[in-house]
Amino acid sequence: MTDNTRRRFLKTLLAGGGMATLTGCDYLSEKPWFRDTLAQSEKLSDAVQHAITPRKAMAREFTPADISPRFRANGTTDPEGAEYRALAANGFRDYRLKVGGMVENPMTLDLAAIRALPSRTQITRHDCVEGWSAIGQWTGARLSALVEQARPQPEARYLVFHCADRYGRSDSPYYESIDMEDAHHPQTLLAYELNGEPLPIANGAPLRLRVERQLGYKMAKYVMAIEVVDRFDHIGRGKGGFWEDRGYAWYAGI
Amino acid sequence: MARTRLKTVYRHPLPVRIGHWVNALCLLILLLSGLQIFNAHPHLYWGSASDFESPWLSIDYHWSRDDGYSGWTRVYDWQADTTGVLGASPGADGELEGRAFPAWLTIPGSRWLAMGRSWHFFFAWILVINASLFLIWALFAGHLKRLVPTVEDWRGFGQSVIDHLRLRHPTGEAATRYNILQKLAYLTVIFGLGGLIVLTGLCMSPRMDTVLEPVLEFFGGRQSARSIHFLAASGFVLFVAIHLFEVIVSGPVNQLRSMITGYFRYHDHATGVASNRENRHDG
Ligand code: HEM
Repeated sequence: MTDNTRRRFLKTLLAGGGMATLTGCDYLSEKPWFRDTLAQSEKLSDAVQHAITPRKAMAREFTPADISPRFRANGTTDPEGAEYRALAANGFRDYRLKVGGMVENPMTLDLAAIRALPSRTQITRHDCVEGWSAIGQWTGARLSALVEQARPQPEARYLVFHCADRYGRSDSPYYESIDMEDAHHPQTLLAYELNGEPLPIANGAPLRLRVERQLGYKMAKYVMAIEVVDRFDHIGRGKGGFWEDRGYAWYAGI
Repeated sequence: MARTRLKTVYRHPLPVRIGHWVNALCLLILLLSGLQIFNAHPHLYWGSASDFESPWLSIDYHWSRDDGYSGWTRVYDWQADTTGVLGASPGADGELEGRAFPAWLTIPGSRWLAMGRSWHFFFAWILVINASLFLIWALFAGHLKRLVPTVEDWRGFGQSVIDHLRLRHPTGEAATRYNILQKLAYLTVIFGLGGLIVLTGLCMSPRMDTVLEPVLEFFGGRQSARSIHFLAASGFVLFVAIHLFEVIVSGPVNQLRSMITGYFRYHDHATGVASNRENRHDG
């Protein structure tokens, strides 16, 4: 082989290889079977992370000096529904949280009742799936206390959070789900205060979920109802959450 | 010129060849899907949280009705217009759109964070499994010993640097062994960069952070870990660039063949052969 043909051969190899890789990856990204294959690694990450970190392992808590000057709000920042508008206009005095599904004791709570539950205040880092982080101080009811009062049936496995917002132009309301392990974690809260003030609408007023060991999209804002279930394939498009229905992982621990 | 006597040695055992190509595929996919992830928030910070007012690196765009999209890149105080490649580049329809890294550098090509993350984590697992199997094999097969510099290697350090700069490569039997710069590069990349990128990757996991707090502290917080992850990825790009360059100047066909079939050809000095076309860079 002469140097010239060799060089041409290598150039073609590199350029052709590069093109083939990228078009190949785009082609595969559209195939449901391939997406399902890639998504298998989520189960592996889930299993391994649960195996090597204690069930009750705590997310780091920061000091007041660490609090971010501006806590960025993502997703919906001002829900449009008439029902929510009316609640907000009245300072959420008419707001009622419904707790139902597979529980022995279905409940309806107003904000005063939620504030009367055992509470917790924590300064934690919020990690968005986009890549940024913000530190804020949250005060809220311990979800574990609420769950204990509602008394889930033995087969119950997940908590589904139904929300007041529809993200973007979507026709489906936001929702999310977590398992019983996270529901009972001491840092899992239904937060009603951010940085010592009532929760702003942009950050999920009157009530938002905090699940400190997962990414931001798990932490449903504008929570209107909690449904206890043993599976969630009949809710939304069946993947356990608004973003999960759009390709994101249900387990958002990484 | 005297006739040369070609010798063939079995240089790369099967585990090295499989490990090498699986690794290459993983690195390529991890890099390109990583750039897709980066595009979701194209700013890097130091510390635990993002101080949105002062990223140390940003790749973003301006849009105006009159001028359309223009891309800019800023590193600390240095800023440049990078329209066409960084910040704003042609989308599927050929029109400029605002995106940090261009479509031809991301997996998938379109803006699709969920899919980019799927690719990234799947191939992160393949990389970790491949690297673990390789290291276990290397330990037991004594391959790591081939990578540890000997006293003799260190003595030849200066000469090796000069040789590399002059693009002169070992010929004959010496070409079948790793030279000192090669050994150092491979060791740094495998244990330094490799360890760094896996650790910083894990440090971005909120669940892992419950037990990795001391490591996170060492890196300076989650956003620092993200920055270091990006820099380590850039380090890999640099390594691969030099690696490919060295392959090309030291006889690409022979090198490629040896990494596929295992067999490496060289000219035996003992038979009095001075010149080796495959192993010498001649312009
Ligand atoms: C075990 C191995 C790895 C793990 C666990 C891992 C994990 C991650 C995670 C969690 C992110 C998302 C960061 C964010 O939220 O923005 C990320 C981003 C990224 N990864 Fe990896 N990664 C690994 C290996 C690699 C390798 C080998 C490369 C490149 C050669 C790479 C290149 C990137 C890039 C460029 C980004 C986007 C920019 C950034 O966030 O730093 N990753 N990776």
